Amino acid sequence: MNGGTQTIAAGDELPPLALPPLSRTTCALFAGASGDHNPIHIDIDAAKAAGLPDVIGHGMLSMAMLGRLLTGWMPQAHLRSFTVRFQEPTLIGDAVTCAGRVLERTEAGQEVLIRVEISAVDQQGKIKTVGEATAALTIENENETP
Amino acid sequence: MIDRSHIGKALPQSVLRVEAGRLQFFAKAIGETNPIYLDEAAAQAAGYSSLPAPPTFIFAAAQDAGTMARGLVDMGVDTRRVLHAEQGFTYHGMVLAGDMITVTTRVFDIYDKRDGALEFIVLDSAAANQKGAMVAEMRAVVVVRH
Repeated sequence: MNGGTQTIAAGDELPPLALPPLSRTTCALFAGASGDHNPIHIDIDAAKAAGLPDVIGHGMLSMAMLGRLLTGWMPQAHLRSFTVRFQEPTLIGDAVTCAGRVLERTEAGQEVLIRVEISAVDQQGKIKTVGEATAALTIENENETP
Repeated sequence: MIDRSHIGKALPQSVLRVEAGRLQFFAKAIGETNPIYLDEAAAQAAGYSSLPAPPTFIFAAAQDAGTMARGLVDMGVDTRRVLHAEQGFTYHGMVLAGDMITVTTRVFDIYDKRDGALEFIVLDSAAANQKGAMVAEMRAVVVVRH
């Protein structure tokens, strides 16, 4: 993080994370890695039987990408909460960009609490996943974060 | 209608042994490039005793054990009609390779919208490590489309 976190202020943008178009391979790998083997994410026949045109991305894959956005901005040990709402499924070929913005910075004694809003948006500007996260720092370690 | 008497019930505990190879697989599946999630030496250089689990990884514990899916089936839910609506994490500590994570889940609430066309199930979980320390709390909201 450039210049430490001392300068973090409401309105700051997190460095965005532009992802490649979602592939069936990524869905299959995430199914194995996450333990969510629901066939609508892996098997096109099962997806069609469920009324979908193709397999869809896991909601938790979208959340994991937002997690990358957060840990790319702030060391994970500072993360206190991370909550999302899955609004639309990510479809094969969707090129999602994860973005975030600081909503609030509050200081209580030595502790600094930072609240951010985050979203995963596709190439058409459609919001797929939206949420919030909080991170806690102390005034002391503000300058130590990379 | 899902029987509201399920509110308050506990689901079977899930136990996940967090293996370094699984964490590397997860990190690759989500396109992670930060070496602390991929390379043991880089993790140690960053001050972790072993590879850290990314923020959403522990959701996999209950997925592996099939606890959530089985819990839904036990409530009479057709899992093909289930979508993940919301997911939240509150963090109390890091999860590292070598940890043994136990997840305890309870049905916090069941409610409906649109005259019962949509039913929501709120599942609250607590994740503890092998030392008995709580590392995270999770809330999953799933929606059943009737």
